[in-house]
Amino acid sequence: MANIELRGVEKKFGDVFAVKPLDLTIKDGEFIVLLGPSGCGKTTTLRMISGLEAVTVGQILLDGRDVTWLHPSERDIAFVFQFFALYSHMSARDNIAFPLQAAGMARHEVKERVAQVAALLRIDHILDRKPGALSGGDQQRVALARALVRRPAAFLMDEPLGALDAEFRETMRAEIKKLHLAQHATTVYVTHDQIEAMAMGDRIVIMSAAVVQQVGTPTEVYHNPANLFVARFIGSPGMNLVKAKVEPDGARLPGGGLAPISDRWRRALEGSGLEDGSVVLGFRPEAVQVHDGGALRAGVYADDLHGGYTMLHLELADGEIIHGRAARDAMNALGSAVRFDLDPDMMRFFNPETEMAILS
Amino acid sequence: MANVANAPRQKVVISTRVDKVSTGARVTSSVRAAIAVIVALIMLIPVAWMAMTAFKTRPDAVAVPPKVFFEPSFEGFVSLLTSRRQLTNDEIAVYQQRTDLGWADQIALIRGQAITGPSAFPRQLLNSLIISGVSTVFSVGFGVLSAYAFSRFPVPGKDDLLFFILSQRMLPPVVVTIPIFLMYRQVGLHDTHIGMVLLYTAFNLSFSVWLLKGFIDEIPREYEEAAMVDGYTRLQAFRRIVLPQATTGIAATTVFSLIFSWNEYAFALMLTSDAARTAPPSIPLVLGTGGIEWAAIAAGSLAFLIPVVIITFLLRKHLLRGVTFGAIRKG
Ligand SMILES: Nc1ncnc2c1ncn2[C@@H]1O[C@H](COP(=O)(O)OP(=O)(O)O)[C@@H](O)[C@H]1O
Ligand SMILES: [Mg+2]
Repeated sequence: MANIELRGVEKKFGDVFAVKPLDLTIKDGEFIVLLGPSGCGKTTTLRMISGLEAVTVGQILLDGRDVTWLHPSERDIAFVFQFFALYSHMSARDNIAFPLQAAGMARHEVKERVAQVAALLRIDHILDRKPGALSGGDQQRVALARALVRRPAAFLMDEPLGALDAEFRETMRAEIKKLHLAQHATTVYVTHDQIEAMAMGDRIVIMSAAVVQQVGTPTEVYHNPANLFVARFIGSPGMNLVKAKVEPDGARLPGGGLAPISDRWRRALEGSGLEDGSVVLGFRPEAVQVHDGGALRAGVYADDLHGGYTMLHLELADGEIIHGRAARDAMNALGSAVRFDLDPDMMRFFNPETEMAILS
Repeated sequence: MANVANAPRQKVVISTRVDKVSTGARVTSSVRAAIAVIVALIMLIPVAWMAMTAFKTRPDAVAVPPKVFFEPSFEGFVSLLTSRRQLTNDEIAVYQQRTDLGWADQIALIRGQAITGPSAFPRQLLNSLIISGVSTVFSVGFGVLSAYAFSRFPVPGKDDLLFFILSQRMLPPVVVTIPIFLMYRQVGLHDTHIGMVLLYTAFNLSFSVWLLKGFIDEIPREYEEAAMVDGYTRLQAFRRIVLPQATTGIAATTVFSLIFSWNEYAFALMLTSDAARTAPPSIPLVLGTGGIEWAAIAAGSLAFLIPVVIITFLLRKHLLRGVTFGAIRKG
């Protein structure tokens, strides 16, 4: 197992940046998720770590060893491709054994290792089939087995669940997580699905437009997004973001309501040098507390029953829609007026100019 | 839940689409099959006729009306494969007394001839086999290497180079027969196997690069990339992964190149005379003395046809099979 260090790594295709200078240290045994919308440079980053793509500038270190210019075959890294890349002319067994044969391993040992990993992934019964005859989930397992069998220093996985049905995806997500817990192998996992990222990552690297927006644990990126992009991107729905004005008594919402601010935030906002007190106020749906005595007003625009809770779509006086979580049995007629408060501890503030979070 | 993502990879043994099982559709498909069979039969008539003629005696071959039923004879093959001399009447009488004659000698004797040795045809057929076989191996071998390079690497001036290669094919070969003839005589390649192999390889290469590039473009790069991260060099990945995946393309290219060099007539006529003479320019020369030896010509054509049929038959699976890329799914 190994730690991976990227130092000022960047990639340009022609004049276009696919990845802007990126610094990242991945600890031994860590499960890192690269998360971001399509085209933001996740695959390119992974390919640079594997050596399939040369860096334009920067250094890549594996366990302190500079591998920037080593051939992929010399890096001892396994790659699980987005569409599996199983060899259709070989049986599942030969696919799995393929990496071991590169190392010239003895036949009986190859057999043993393939049997072990097949048992681990419960694919013993399909080893003699060709990939074309396997279901998506089994193809995925074979691809994982091919990566695991070598016991590489690190795993790179590029949207490994993207090609699966929703049904399989849940199962495989749990399986990959469990495999990681059992093996404790350094893993870099790429996805554009924030739910998957939150569920799997020890830490999440959020990218957008070739730039890393934030690196943090799922809790950190959820509760303390570094900027407006992360605030919107993480969570479903994302963080509520409304233009507000900081006043001595609290934050004035569009349409007039005044939400009290904790002392901690008041000090932070005073020190942030905002002109005329304009901020973007962010709060998660669970910060909304609907009750009759609330200081803020809104109209019920829609409500979605989610089984365990109700997601209220509330229309503020200026027409802006925010999302709030309410109890499952809360009865709110459409169009009716409700009152609510915001949990002061769960309020976040962003600089409207720079779009960066104001830190407390 | 409908497994939409998996659907195309599941084998559909019997189509259940309405437009495939309705009575009308079934009648249509039967009619289509019948037409296909009829067309195939019509196409096969000349070939069948040739095969029959090859086994006819000289009178049967030119009989009017043509004979469909006849007593098979190896006369044509004997004429094709041997050289003979005409016997005088006295000699014929002597020969008829002899008991040591083989069956071929007896066939020749019917026409008053004695076999003096093998003809040049077997050697010409062998020349054809060597020249077209070796040139096909070269043009497919070099073709697959350069197609791979064009497909995978940022070759400088790639498009211009590819067009240049293709443009080689646009030149009608006949136009350059004389210059090549003169050059070959100068450098001593005239009437040599090497000269013909070189020429056919050059002619087939442009075609094989283009054809194979199409097939290799279809093989996802991830295949080789997976092999490379798994510890293989690019060359190993090429051999273990790309070549097996390109089998269909290689088979098709092989058949095309083989047929071209096997059938090539104009250059063979100009550039070979004896040592490296191939079969195509020789078959019309089996005309024989006194009357056209139709049976011998048909026998020669049949012998000439068979190797191509065998190769095509052996590779038919690859030729017919669509290009399938198994587990990689395009998203
Ligand atoms: N081989 C390439 N040549 C040119 N541009 C590329 C190449 N590979 C990726 N790109 C570009 O780099 C950007 C990042 O791509 P990628 O890393 O695949 O994004 P992601 O995996 O996050 O969807 C995209 O704009 C893409 O078009
Ligand atoms: Mg990608």
